[in-house]
Amino acid sequence: MSSDLYLPETPSQTAGPYVHIGLIPNQAGFDIFDNNFGGDIAGPDVAGERIVIEGRIFDASGHVARDVLVETWQANAAGRYNHPADRQDKALDRAFRGWARTGTDFETGVYRINTIKPGAVAGRRGRKTMAPHISFWIAARGINIALATRMYFGDEAAANASDPVLNIIEQPERRQTLIAARTARDGQTVYTFDIFLGGARETVFFDV
Amino acid sequence: MTPEYEFHQRDRDIHPPAFTPVYKTSALRSPRVPLWSLQNSLSEVTGPAFSRDELGPLDNDLIQNYARDGKPIGEQTIVHGRVLDGNDRPVRNTLVEVWQANAGGRYRHRNDSYIAPIDPNFGGCGRMLTDDNGYYFFRTVKPGAYPFRNRVNSWRPAHIHFSVFGSGFAQRLITQMYFEGDPLIPHDSIIATIPDKSAAERLTAKLDLNASLPLECLAYRFDIVLRGSRQTLFENRLHGG
Repeated sequence: MSSDLYLPETPSQTAGPYVHIGLIPNQAGFDIFDNNFGGDIAGPDVAGERIVIEGRIFDASGHVARDVLVETWQANAAGRYNHPADRQDKALDRAFRGWARTGTDFETGVYRINTIKPGAVAGRRGRKTMAPHISFWIAARGINIALATRMYFGDEAAANASDPVLNIIEQPERRQTLIAARTARDGQTVYTFDIFLGGARETVFFDV
Repeated sequence: MTPEYEFHQRDRDIHPPAFTPVYKTSALRSPRVPLWSLQNSLSEVTGPAFSRDELGPLDNDLIQNYARDGKPIGEQTIVHGRVLDGNDRPVRNTLVEVWQANAGGRYRHRNDSYIAPIDPNFGGCGRMLTDDNGYYFFRTVKPGAYPFRNRVNSWRPAHIHFSVFGSGFAQRLITQMYFEGDPLIPHDSIIATIPDKSAAERLTAKLDLNASLPLECLAYRFDIVLRGSRQTLFENRLHGG
């Protein structure tokens, strides 16, 4: 709530059509920084099961959005975040920051992240453990304030069934919009997580 | 476990809503179901940290970081300010990234076909970490206005895009900074997505003559505020913890 006691947050504005220049310049077609942030975050020293997450982002008409920035944030394989506020008694993986950034492809609309499967994380006091999940944050032209959602894993049916976040979503059918199916392809484990900005299959988005 | 702190509930009244027909592209890219409200868990209060050795020495100098055979064309400009949280505390060592059009209003981007020319010496992006006081600065050329497809004669005021992290992923923010005195500001459809006019004013950087470099560079001041947080110790005690 706005009041004189606190500074009001700076308002959000759309990331616009040229978000790639600033945040993923390689995709914008030019090479400016020596070190680029990206979507391949499972380096050789990172512990955990290697997975690929990929999908497309659809607008409310069903059209594939090909200019979307996608960021993800996740715990390590043991279920601990690489952040001082995480005091869980679990191993920290110093080789794993847990953050990825990529964009949907200008031609195919597919985004792809190479990471590791996170472990389960403690929930708030009095609540159950959270099932393994990855926080998504997407920004683009036409999105006035970035959208937050979570991806859960299709092969974690039991953990998902008791997840305290999935269970606050009133309609079980809508919980399914957050669950990515696991498949195998060319020796890789692939989770497909499509996001629907609107329409009949609209993804559940969170005010976090 | 309940985190030891959590972010204040976001005041959605100072942000643009998702669906804003004045900015037509938002219509098909805006969820219709209200957002599900989540109390902060570890997944929201934590977020990525970055270190100085990940950045290059010219990353915050847009005048030099893409210069090939000369300097970019345009008004040499310093933009500086602090990143604070809602509790008026500095947000330290947080990553600030910026991107913008060149002085003619053209982006170095494959999807931008505006007639203004690409500047061979200007890339249009930069990044930096705030210091222990939450302070950041970068040097650039002032971007130009440009038209965009919204109505037939829609123009964007000069602006610089900002991306800021904060300490937790729930503080993540992308916004745009405008320049004091720009006559296009009251006509802009993107600014008009924000219902609160005082909020829009906070996106306008003020001319800061005292920070300008005489005979060299004008300066503008732009402070950024991320969500504040509160300790949850009291709540924990209430719960007997």
